Amino acid sequence: MASAPSAPSAQSRLRHVLSAFGPAIGLFFACALFAGLRWQTFMSVDNFAIMLQQTAVIGAGAIGMTVVIVAGGIDLAVGSTVALVTVAIALLLKEQVSPLLAALGGVGLGGVCGLLTGTLVTRLGLTPFIVTLGLMGALRGAAKGLASEQPIYPDETWLNGLMKLRDNGAPPIGVWITLALAVVVALMLRYTRFGRHVFAIGSNEQTARLCGVPIERQKILIYVVGGLFAGVAAVLQFAYLTGGDPTTSVGLELNVIAAVVIGGASLSGGQGTVLGSLIGALIMSVVANGCTKLGMPNWVQEIVTGGIIVAAVLLDQLRRRGRS
Amino acid sequence: MPPSAETASQPRLRLDGVRKAFGATLALNGVSLAVAAGEVHALVGENGAGKSTLMKVLAGVHRPDAGTMQIDGRDYVPSGPLAAREAGILMVHQELAIAPHLTVAENILLGAEPTRGGLLDRGEVRRRAGEALAELGRPDIPLDRPAGQLSIAEQQLVEIARAIALGCRVLVLDEPTSSLTLADTEKLFALVRRLRAQGRSVIYISHFLEEVKAISDHFTVLRDGASVGSGRTADVTPDEIARLMVGRNVSELYVRSPRIPGDTLIAINAVAGVKRPTAASLQLRRGEVVGLAGLVGAGRTELLRTVFGLDALTAGDVKVGAFTSAGSPAARWRQGVGLVSEDRKTEGLALDLSIADNLTLTRLPSWVRPAAQAADAQRWVEKLGVRCAHPRQTIRELSGGNQQKVALARLLHHDVDVLLLDEPTRGIDVGAKQTIYRVIDELACAGKGVLVVSSYLPELLGICDRIAVMCRGVLGPARPVAEWNEHKIMLAATATAPAADAA
Repeated sequence: MASAPSAPSAQSRLRHVLSAFGPAIGLFFACALFAGLRWQTFMSVDNFAIMLQQTAVIGAGAIGMTVVIVAGGIDLAVGSTVALVTVAIALLLKEQVSPLLAALGGVGLGGVCGLLTGTLVTRLGLTPFIVTLGLMGALRGAAKGLASEQPIYPDETWLNGLMKLRDNGAPPIGVWITLALAVVVALMLRYTRFGRHVFAIGSNEQTARLCGVPIERQKILIYVVGGLFAGVAAVLQFAYLTGGDPTTSVGLELNVIAAVVIGGASLSGGQGTVLGSLIGALIMSVVANGCTKLGMPNWVQEIVTGGIIVAAVLLDQLRRRGRS
Repeated sequence: MPPSAETASQPRLRLDGVRKAFGATLALNGVSLAVAAGEVHALVGENGAGKSTLMKVLAGVHRPDAGTMQIDGRDYVPSGPLAAREAGILMVHQELAIAPHLTVAENILLGAEPTRGGLLDRGEVRRRAGEALAELGRPDIPLDRPAGQLSIAEQQLVEIARAIALGCRVLVLDEPTSSLTLADTEKLFALVRRLRAQGRSVIYISHFLEEVKAISDHFTVLRDGASVGSGRTADVTPDEIARLMVGRNVSELYVRSPRIPGDTLIAINAVAGVKRPTAASLQLRRGEVVGLAGLVGAGRTELLRTVFGLDALTAGDVKVGAFTSAGSPAARWRQGVGLVSEDRKTEGLALDLSIADNLTLTRLPSWVRPAAQAADAQRWVEKLGVRCAHPRQTIRELSGGNQQKVALARLLHHDVDVLLLDEPTRGIDVGAKQTIYRVIDELACAGKGVLVVSSYLPELLGICDRIAVMCRGVLGPARPVAEWNEHKIMLAATATAPAADAA
């Protein structure tokens, strides 16, 4: 009965390919542009390692944010969570806690922040925008209080090496950690019941409810995942700064959200991929790096990045309008 | 047949052969209507008979494709809603249009505020609002109170006062008593009689035939977009009006194999929800299709949702097999109960997810294998003849009928014992309807129980073993289908609330 007319099928497959690879194509063109303009300085192994290093923190945050945004939520407290966790790691190290335990404790603290968000969202029935807007201020304040408003620099440990550029030009270990975690989350979104529930809740919460999806529990879990990845981003940021700083990463959440959106996720939920979000983060790093290589001042970079965000969403909408 | 007494003089409003099509569907197929000055004219018809389209044509929202409309003998061709208001045709809808933060006086003159030198003339607003209320015999309603603080009945009165202040010649009341108490209904009737005495015409739209009998002078019945009967209300019984409202042929579309019911699958005992239902008891047995008839808003959808755990249960209990636990949708699915929502676009299906994702959502394993998921979906796609390119296609790209097949397939894939189907064939093509009727019959023959809500009576009479009628939140007894016909169902559904109201 189900006739499969080949033409629309091929057409929809082409669209599928375009939407999956759209961000990748964008990344390719950005690289090609800067390679053409500044081959010598841009196209070097060292420069690529630097760009990857600069992407790691936003990338780690973007993995968690992808899960949150696909489920139809938002988390504006990522920057504040990162600041709080860097301070916590620094304090733990000062207390002679082993670096591994300090890092895991930091990630766990991120998860607790997510648990708080998820609980407030589900139990109080507030929108995630408001809850995380509030937490953005509250967690930033907590970080400052915990650190007595001063950066904390504990003795150097191997943790600081996570974001160090290596002599052979290979990317820092932190980049590999981010990539490995991205693979785990991408597989989780695609192959687990939890992952399919994330898409179902984001696509149509009422349908998910009708189908018996435990919405409250899954939402809390979703924000915990988001918080855990803010914790991972904080570990990398700590390594990069070699210390804990309560004033670090102000506005980081907006870069993270931008990466996810450039990567093809829809802010209304139900759509998005981890790979796309990472590519979105890379596009922003490449543009920033390339503009620097071209000798453009900082303010030009900011205007260009802003334009890319709007253009990416516009392209996505035009594509979707063509479909319906 | 126009009313004889008024033929000498010009009717206030006359419609002749009004037609209106939306695409291929004929919403109005020749409506004629004459309303005299100082007449209350009832307009009755089943859901979908064309009443709301007719009102929109009258209000200038839609332009008729053919036919003429006249007011006091002059052609009436409204260019839009504003022109209709200027011509003196005003509507009070079921959903009241009140600005809750504005005062009573401001609401009455809303959109027609008098000005002096470009500024709002507040004194004039109060004076004219006060006049309108006095004309309705209710000068006691405070002009300066925010309208949101008034009762529903008083808000309705404010809307009627607005119509008076704007110089209304024909007032249309659309289901005005649906949210009024019995006492308020009596007050409204007194008000309508007062308007009639002032020489204004009232078109009174209602499902409740006793009300029609009590308040109207003449009536017109709409069926399938055409006026099929009219006359003096005093000359007919509610029975005769109901017969005019239904009365079509049952086609060969429906399937019902003979079968013998088995054990009780689900027992609904005196269930009440937050607003509706107020009292519902029903037992559904294996191998049985039970229909729930009633008017829109009677509480049938709410009953299904309460049973399924989507709405809160405030009284009574639901037994599914051996379980009496409070229901949540997740628990109901585990107990083998599934629901097809009446609103497949906003609730029933996630439109941007694939067929496979929608179909398997209730029964996902911890580790999902997309290939197996697609294969499962493919099986149901073939079994129900869902027209699609592949099971990974998004639901949005399918036609309504094929979407509905997927919504039903979710229950089949879950292999539920009890199927709660809310308007399963609304807005879908005949082919898809036939498939759904066939599946329902096969399921009942295989020992499942099916509870169907439908507003289309021939369908219920064609596929159900028993039918129960719901009226204003109260569910009547489920009787064998042989004891029902459309006329009896309409009477049961439009009965005025029983004595329980007085208690």
